[in-house]
Amino acid sequence: MHPFAYVAPSTVAEAVAVLDEHGDRARPLAGGTDLLVKARANVWELDAVVDIKNIPELMNLSVGSDGLSIGAGVPCYQVYDNSEIAAEYPGIVDGVSIIGGIQVQSRAGLGGNLCNAAPSGDGICPLIVHSAVAKISGPSGDREVAVEDFATGPSRTVLGKGELLVSIEVPKPAANSGAAYTRFIPRNEMDIAVAGVGVFVQLDSSGQNFESAQIALASVGPTPILASAAGDSLVGKPVNDETIAAAAALAKEAATPITDMRGTVDQRKQLVEVLTGRMIKQAVERARG
Amino acid sequence: MTTNSPSKVHVTTTINGQQHELLVPPYMSLLDTLRELIGLTGTKEGCLDGNCGACTVSVDGRIVDSCLVLGAEVNGKNVNTVEGMATPEGLHPLQQAFLEEAALQCGICTPGFLVAAKGLLDNEPSPSEGRIRHWLAGNLCRCTGYDKIVRAVQKAID
Repeated sequence: MHPFAYVAPSTVAEAVAVLDEHGDRARPLAGGTDLLVKARANVWELDAVVDIKNIPELMNLSVGSDGLSIGAGVPCYQVYDNSEIAAEYPGIVDGVSIIGGIQVQSRAGLGGNLCNAAPSGDGICPLIVHSAVAKISGPSGDREVAVEDFATGPSRTVLGKGELLVSIEVPKPAANSGAAYTRFIPRNEMDIAVAGVGVFVQLDSSGQNFESAQIALASVGPTPILASAAGDSLVGKPVNDETIAAAAALAKEAATPITDMRGTVDQRKQLVEVLTGRMIKQAVERARG
Repeated sequence: MTTNSPSKVHVTTTINGQQHELLVPPYMSLLDTLRELIGLTGTKEGCLDGNCGACTVSVDGRIVDSCLVLGAEVNGKNVNTVEGMATPEGLHPLQQAFLEEAALQCGICTPGFLVAAKGLLDNEPSPSEGRIRHWLAGNLCRCTGYDKIVRAVQKAID
């Protein structure tokens, strides 16, 4: 591992200044579960790591009438241990509950999951289907980017030189809505998704018809994919096996996987169809309460 | 080390109830800090990438993989390792149960399993078998096939 300096600033401005000074040779340190692995493997040669866990905004976790705000350094367990979040954002809890094991969940969080930009990031699809927004600070000011646009390729993001993810803002879900996420792995725990699907649905007040739907896919493209056509196909339709199967088929169309050690193109596309159907049904169940 | 290596970090931390003041190389893991700077070699190095859990310690009551934590990060924190489990009065109930159930063969994974299981039982006094297996999914054992380990944790509950 290349010897790097450790800095632990207490403000966003100080963190941005260090990141800006070092460019690609500095990285923010949240849980370290990706950073230290990559540094040790010399994927990244770093001169400095910027521990962001002393910056209050990046450790803030709040849920209220205006939605959910997740600081970039908040670890997974704080999200799933929060009963209000578990009740209102079960799809997000589905994701953070399966990232690594308990040890990893003590440190890793959604901010790091987003910035690591793995196509398989289990935390990302639930955020996409909730229309979450990433708040970014940088040398030339603050900006916001939709989570669906945050990753630009495997391990690549929209973050420019000196830019730091500050928080993820999730709008408060509409009434009669529900969300769910799952992945397929060949074991029960501690693995990387062969394919993953997140779904958000909003039903009408009868609970029998879809008012809106968002579907996002993991591990079947260079980034997590928002399958817009699949989600849009449900709008205004009744909740039944036909409409759900049609949406699942469109999600399969949107998947652009590769064959690798974890699975083949055909298996992954098949998984997307099956998991999409299941997750729509689970999201509907949750929407109906 | 090169001559221009980054300067060491001053860390004050409590390890197994005892305060330590350390100068830690900024890129040194908590695992190496414990083993090499303090001499607490009970915590083991396994995969070095967060899969095996052999290096599990607790930091402020949460179990973590110490290979994926920097020593510099535990300034002001409470670290507990396997060496902190037994008391002068005897072994921790988990350690005793691991012995009685023969929940170890080569023993490399054992400190990590013990610290991880303690992390569970400290917060949940009577977890189900399913909960135990889920909680310990971040710890790998290549000898026992896990059943004896799970039985030992269940015995420690009783």
